[in-house]
Amino acid sequence: MMAQILVALVALPAVVGALLLFGGLGRGHTARLLQVVAAPVTVATAGLVLVGALLVALTNANVTLPFLSGGPLGMGVDGLSALLVVTVAVVSLLVLLFAVGEIADSRSRFFGLMLVFVAAVLLTVTATTLTALLAGWEVMGATSYALIGFWWRERERVESGTTALVVTRLADLGLYVAAGAAFAGFASVPALRDEPLLALSRLSELPTPWVHVAAAGVLTAAFGKAAQLPFSFWISRAMAGPSPVSALLHSAAMVAMGGYLLLRLQPLLAAAGWAADVAAWGGAVTALAMGAVAVAQRDLKQLLAASTSSQLGFVMLAAGITASGGAVPAGAMQLIAHAFTKGLLFLAAGAWLTALGTKSLVGLRGAARSYRLVGVTFTIGALALAGVPPLSLWVTKDEVLAAARAQSLPLYLTGLAAAVMSGLYAGKAVAMVWRRPPPHGNAQQVLENVATGHVGVIEKVVLAGMSVAAALLGIVGLPLVDERVRAALGVPAASSVNLGQMGTSGLLAAATVALALRWPQRLDEPRWLLGWLGAERASAALVVRPTLALSRWLARFDDEVLDAAVERTVPAVQRIAARAARIDDTNVDGTVRAVISASQRLADVARRPQTGQLHQYYAQAAGVLGAAVLLLLITR
Amino acid sequence: MLSLLIFLPLVAAAALALTRQYADRLARWTWLLASLVEVALVALMWTRYVQTPVAGQRIAFETYQPWIPGVGSAYHVGVDGLSLPLLAMTTVVFAATAIYSLKQRDRPRSHAALFLALETTSLGLFAALDLIVFFVFFDLSIVAMYFVIAGWGHGEQARRSALKFFLYTFVGSLALLVGFIGLYVAADPHTFDIVALTAQAPLNGHGLAGGLVLAAVAIGLAVKTPTFPFHTWLPPAHTDASAAGSAVLAAVLLKMGTYGFVRIAMPMLPEAWRRYAMIFVIIGVVSVLYGALVAMAQSSFKRMIAYTSVNHMGYIVLAVGAAGLVAGSDAQARSVAVTGAMVQMVSHGLITAALFLLSGVLFERGGTYEMDAYGGLAGRAPKFAALTAVAAFGSLGIPGLSGFIAEFQILAGSLGSAPVPTALAVPGILITAALFLWALQRIFLGEEHQQLPNSHDVTSLELAAVTPLLVLSLIIGVFPRPLLDVLEPASRTVVELVSR
Repeated sequence: MMAQILVALVALPAVVGALLLFGGLGRGHTARLLQVVAAPVTVATAGLVLVGALLVALTNANVTLPFLSGGPLGMGVDGLSALLVVTVAVVSLLVLLFAVGEIADSRSRFFGLMLVFVAAVLLTVTATTLTALLAGWEVMGATSYALIGFWWRERERVESGTTALVVTRLADLGLYVAAGAAFAGFASVPALRDEPLLALSRLSELPTPWVHVAAAGVLTAAFGKAAQLPFSFWISRAMAGPSPVSALLHSAAMVAMGGYLLLRLQPLLAAAGWAADVAAWGGAVTALAMGAVAVAQRDLKQLLAASTSSQLGFVMLAAGITASGGAVPAGAMQLIAHAFTKGLLFLAAGAWLTALGTKSLVGLRGAARSYRLVGVTFTIGALALAGVPPLSLWVTKDEVLAAARAQSLPLYLTGLAAAVMSGLYAGKAVAMVWRRPPPHGNAQQVLENVATGHVGVIEKVVLAGMSVAAALLGIVGLPLVDERVRAALGVPAASSVNLGQMGTSGLLAAATVALALRWPQRLDEPRWLLGWLGAERASAALVVRPTLALSRWLARFDDEVLDAAVERTVPAVQRIAARAARIDDTNVDGTVRAVISASQRLADVARRPQTGQLHQYYAQAAGVLGAAVLLLLITR
Repeated sequence: MLSLLIFLPLVAAAALALTRQYADRLARWTWLLASLVEVALVALMWTRYVQTPVAGQRIAFETYQPWIPGVGSAYHVGVDGLSLPLLAMTTVVFAATAIYSLKQRDRPRSHAALFLALETTSLGLFAALDLIVFFVFFDLSIVAMYFVIAGWGHGEQARRSALKFFLYTFVGSLALLVGFIGLYVAADPHTFDIVALTAQAPLNGHGLAGGLVLAAVAIGLAVKTPTFPFHTWLPPAHTDASAAGSAVLAAVLLKMGTYGFVRIAMPMLPEAWRRYAMIFVIIGVVSVLYGALVAMAQSSFKRMIAYTSVNHMGYIVLAVGAAGLVAGSDAQARSVAVTGAMVQMVSHGLITAALFLLSGVLFERGGTYEMDAYGGLAGRAPKFAALTAVAAFGSLGIPGLSGFIAEFQILAGSLGSAPVPTALAVPGILITAALFLWALQRIFLGEEHQQLPNSHDVTSLELAAVTPLLVLSLIIGVFPRPLLDVLEPASRTVVELVSR
């Protein structure tokens, strides 16, 4: 029974989503009906998904569906995925509720895509085999393209979707390679040839060199999805999507899945050795660098996007820690607390974008004063993001940092510096939205959207709910609850949290936020940070343009060299044919004629002995006989 | 039953061709009816085939009639796990083109007759168990396709493209014939029978001769597939053929080349195949990358799809090549690669047929294949945009559609025996993703920048032609087992035969 519910958890949103998506096309009767019912149907589906998620999380359901040989579609829920599957379901439901008030046009397309996207995320979270993981992973990428480019009339937005999909798919190639490594590695050792070959839990048992290949593939895929360096820039472009899309993609879903993958496959990273270090350092450096990028942003959604990369960096850092049993629980809690916090912040930004028509920080001056509830919830979220006690991310981030400290001091210090950055950018955002607007209002701002001047009731309820979660989720990190979480995750190791250190980091966070609140304008906005480290320009210069140039060059080669060579064989054959015809006329025919005349002459010669006179015949016969005798004598 | 399947279209074609007073409308519906009967026949055969469980590669529906006993050639046909999915795909694609061609106004009677005859040659080739029968159908398919392109193609270049297609593939088929004769001469007793030649592997132990015969066979098949560098007949043929012609050419005729690798080259010349496997791997990888890159530079939608075929066929050649690299790799992984190659043949057939039919829809709307002439078409033609997007995502290998089942297995299965070349081929799926997204963007998204002569959405006829292809691709993508259960024993057998 639970197995069916687990399957339905993915199948239901996928099927309902596909029906809404394709049924709503055109101007027919059904299409118009679906536009109307899309929102309620979607919310109802998301509600059912939440019930199902709770059921499978409580019962640790497990199911294996036949798919490819060696790689069935395995789905299962254990401690880690139980936490994540519920988080995804809750955040999706809240975001979809919020979207009911936000999305006015093409509703069946929007909600259909969102449901398919949620289905893909749920498949990714519950996957126990690489095939299931890759299926969810790639569909997630494809639907994110369609969601980011939702307003497809604007070329810029579509190109942003393309950028997001191409960059993340570049990283996804790692999973194909990892799957190949699993096939090759397990099949080559008879003792390991148990089915299914592509089980995620078995990747760490791979023999060398395949374990390294698999770890490299998984690392690449996770870094791409989680918008870690050097792939971070796609998340900046992804902000072109509607606000609910940003809220889901960059909180509990797409980006979070990169972090989840490394937490899930932490044993593989540890088995490969170097991979764990790359994850830890890659995460720490991204946390710091993207934190700095966030501080320099002038657009609220861009600031939040860079912060997502940075916060996910702490998750990657946690996944890369191997000392004293690793830090997977801490990473998981960081992931979940961040999901609610960031979902909240993106929705608040979206509410303002709708109401005020802008998301630039300067344009949002005073926004929290005019829209109090949005302002208060946004502030709670931002303070949680900064790690201000007693809010959620204070606890979870600290746990990650404590584990990092146990492993390596430089790693810890990098993480701490990144934490300072989060205090700065969160403080900057809060300071801006609470500032008094200039006396003449923000009229000189160019508005991106038509300002509605209104935030709906549903939106407010959702924001309030999420801010409670963002504030309180930290308790799961506190010692008593923490042990329960660890038990659920099957990690017996004692919590590494140290109250003294927690106090220090809490004070540090509060201090940096205070600093930023006091002097938000003093925070530098250097061009290279504002431009996301120039990563997109660099990738365009180093990868995209050379590839396009190569493709054009090869196309010309194909037409002008390869095809031309084939085409040239035709006149060549014709020339050969013409020559053959000439040879036929002059040489062959001439030879024939020569042969004829020669044989005529020969005939003349042959006729000459035939004189008709008997004595001459006798003489010839004697001559021939003599010659024959002579030949006989010689050859003997 | 198999012979009925093969020759029923020919009978219908003869009826159409010989009775002059046949009304055009009736001709179109006769074609549709015959092609639907074919689909039903194949479905019936499929159920009968899977109901009789026999391990390994089993030949069902076998027919043996001595034909030219002097050279040991017979009308020998049968069905196994390799050919059944291709027979099924062929009937489905022909049925889709028959639906699409219900709107055909230009000489519909001879058009229908030609396509029906083409269907017979295609089915006959996939069912053939005799090299001469295979060769005859191979060449007849070229002849029929020549008339399709020359007679119903568009553009001034159609005849020239048709001639180029004919000459190029015909010369390729001559190489194939030379190889077949080599196999015949080497066999003891001399025979053209595919089953007997497979059992004998007559050139095992004749190093040089085996290599030469393999070279002849491989060149013949490589031209038809086509792989780099023998592919230059493909883009003009596609660009100038009608939509229905292109769909059949890409979906069915290209598979004759790739099918030849698994049916003839690998099982009959195992030793030579193993020795030169790396050459096929490299040609496969080059085709994958070259096809994708050249496709990306195209401005014509149809030429772009043509080049993606080179890319997709490259994966097949990579997989069958990797299956020949026996040393240091595992039979299970190699059979996964071969299974992937077989799925790719079916999947590419379905998806590319859909894409070419959709390109026909595009041409009717705007009178050109140039992508930059369009823009924002999704506004007026949302269903058309959605269908094309699904087909494009299928072609770029998104899970849920059949392309993923194929390419995942090819890449994952080949990595063990050919790690570096396979790793080089993996970016191919990224380039195809980029180029299809770019194409969708140029045609359907953004601002509408000019008035098209007509920009209405797909008609119900066009919808009925394309949707079944994509639905089948979806079914294979989500529930691949029924297809894989047929394919896997056959590809295991191929891998075993190559390892001899």
